[in-house]
Amino acid sequence: MSILVDKNTRLIVQGVTGREGEFHTRKMVEYGTNVVGGVRFGKGGEWVAGVPVFDTCKEAVDATGANASVIFVPARSAPDAILEAADAGIPLVVCITEGIPVLDMVRVRAYLDRRGTRLIGPNCPGLITPGVAKVGIIPGQICASGNIGVVSRSGTLTYEVIAALTNRGMGQSTCVGIGGDPINGTSFLDVLEMFEEDPLTDHVVLIGEIGGNDEERAAEFISARMTKPVTAFVAGRTAPPGKRMGHAGAIIEGGTGTAAEKIAAFERHGVRVAQHPEEIPELVAAFA
Amino acid sequence: MKLQEYQSKSLFAQHGIPIPRGEMATTPEDARRIARELGRRVVIKAQVLVGGRGKAGGIRLARDPDEAERIAAEILSMEIKGLPVRKVLVDEAADIAKEIYLGVVIDRAQRRAVVMASSAGGMDIEEVARDTPEKIVRMAIDPFLGLRDYQAQQVAAGIGLDRDLVRDFVTIARGLYQCFLDFDGSLAEINPLVVTGGKKLVALDGKIVLDANALFRHPDLVAMRDVSEEAPSEAEARQRGLSYIQLDGEIGCMVNGAGLAMATMDLIKLFGGSPANFLDIGGGAQSDKVAAALRIILADPNVKAVLFNIFGGIARCDEVARGIVAALRDVNPAVPMVARLVGTNEEEGRRILAEARMETAVTLVEGIKKAVTLARGEDAVIDLPPVAATPLPARRAKAPPASSRKKAAGQRPAKKAAARNLAKTGKRSTAKGASKKRPKPRKS
Repeated sequence: MSILVDKNTRLIVQGVTGREGEFHTRKMVEYGTNVVGGVRFGKGGEWVAGVPVFDTCKEAVDATGANASVIFVPARSAPDAILEAADAGIPLVVCITEGIPVLDMVRVRAYLDRRGTRLIGPNCPGLITPGVAKVGIIPGQICASGNIGVVSRSGTLTYEVIAALTNRGMGQSTCVGIGGDPINGTSFLDVLEMFEEDPLTDHVVLIGEIGGNDEERAAEFISARMTKPVTAFVAGRTAPPGKRMGHAGAIIEGGTGTAAEKIAAFERHGVRVAQHPEEIPELVAAFA
Repeated sequence: MKLQEYQSKSLFAQHGIPIPRGEMATTPEDARRIARELGRRVVIKAQVLVGGRGKAGGIRLARDPDEAERIAAEILSMEIKGLPVRKVLVDEAADIAKEIYLGVVIDRAQRRAVVMASSAGGMDIEEVARDTPEKIVRMAIDPFLGLRDYQAQQVAAGIGLDRDLVRDFVTIARGLYQCFLDFDGSLAEINPLVVTGGKKLVALDGKIVLDANALFRHPDLVAMRDVSEEAPSEAEARQRGLSYIQLDGEIGCMVNGAGLAMATMDLIKLFGGSPANFLDIGGGAQSDKVAAALRIILADPNVKAVLFNIFGGIARCDEVARGIVAALRDVNPAVPMVARLVGTNEEEGRRILAEARMETAVTLVEGIKKAVTLARGEDAVIDLPPVAATPLPARRAKAPPASSRKKAAGQRPAKKAAARNLAKTGKRSTAKGASKKRPKPRKS
């Protein structure tokens, strides 16, 4: 078992004909992911990276029974791509695209909530269940199958942590990059809840960043609801203070958002916080 | 992207928000003319994109055109927090009975726009929020319904506004929310929104911050960008698609990914150094981008060593290494550099860099320690940390044993000294001189 993606995942790639889309489709297929098709309006009927291309998500779903989609389209059309996937009835949508305007995401997220569509991202590396399937751009060769769940707001920092775990012989159940944008589809809380319920995850590693208060809420959730140990890392201890959006930004954050506050919140709720990425495996090992 | 006060207020006016009569001036003579046309007491306000203008003396009253000219001349020769004042706004002076705060911002936790208001408006609104959060009224807005009149009325009631003023307040609040939507704001705020002695509401000061991701929809607003307000390094970084923030440390860093860049800065501090900057070069590492990033980093005279930390993931490290070498040929840095590359073909990448007489590292901690040591002017012969010495199983066969790596590092000083000598001669020193001529970028 694992969370979100497994051997039953039937994936389509939106933006499959683009440079990134095609490249990563090949990588996902090579990894063994069941990629059943791609979508690009106007290119229906063609084949790219060994998969059939459809004009619309609806056609792709009807023809292939796809139950997950990954999006590689540019930021201007990404909100539409997410909505199209949701309207085609796809329950899991992973958006890799970065740079989507925040007000677009406010509307998209409000719409998805009504439909019950699960969105991962945007501006994220996607997710991988090592040895089974990868949806997105996390490099497969740094992962190994195991019992550690990884959830992160970051991209390359996530790879760093996954590689550090793998190097110490600590495999992962699923690694999920939830993305760094102010409005995203899935929060730390959502993923922590899934890991808590996943029988193959015994330990969770959470990688946070400055800004917002998702980490603080995660810390409360961990102490109130989780039985599995969680090890955290927060990037941005040395980030300059005052990188905030005028008065209103500081007000809405309610005094939270700095690394020091997030680390304090984790420690207050009994979550061990690593000082640097390569220390994470040691803290994980201490629980084993 | 932040808009200046005079720009923000003109956008407010387009959305039916009352603003004081006034005009922007770039010379004292202009200020005199505007004051004469307004025909009454005026306030001269420095137009710079930093907070604390008032406290720095950048906002002053003038009784007549003569005084307006004199004060405008003084303010136009000021620097506020390192920024030269190039424009002033000359507004008719308001008769202030009360100051209110009104803003619209995205609330990440509620995932929607929120209208916020407080009866305690004015300069110290952040302290109000921190010390007496109950004085801030918030109203979350459904993106499909927008701000409704009843909601704006509730906000007005929440801050104890006079009933006579509520109708005008609703118009202003809806106008501000519409501004926020139409211009893709990440912030739109009026502070203060004043109640005048004559019982009128006027937006005395305002600020709009635009969502950088949405600028493609607003070429007219992009044209309003005050390029003169940007340090050359920042402008170059922005044009190259690099994310750069200057700090006051000694180790320049070039990293792919914002999270990893922050973690790299944190580690530099943890191991006794201090980061000179945050720099995310984004995906890939093409040589022109690396060269631009390197120029920006080296424009900071405090930089004593540079650390490249590239987690290739899917990018091929040999390509990244060639990009770095090409950039070095282009830029000719005179400070020591350490590169830590991880990903596909990483051994080949390290070999290419070693040939270019660059220090290389396998793990993050090793790279950081080398950079810290080099920034102190010492040679980077260090013990590898025990955790770090284990490469990925698949690559173990190719990686040299830790002992031989130490030995190689020990042999390097002679080569490095030669590189430094080379750096002091001919073409290289010219390049260095050119890079030093750049003005020091300001902190943002």
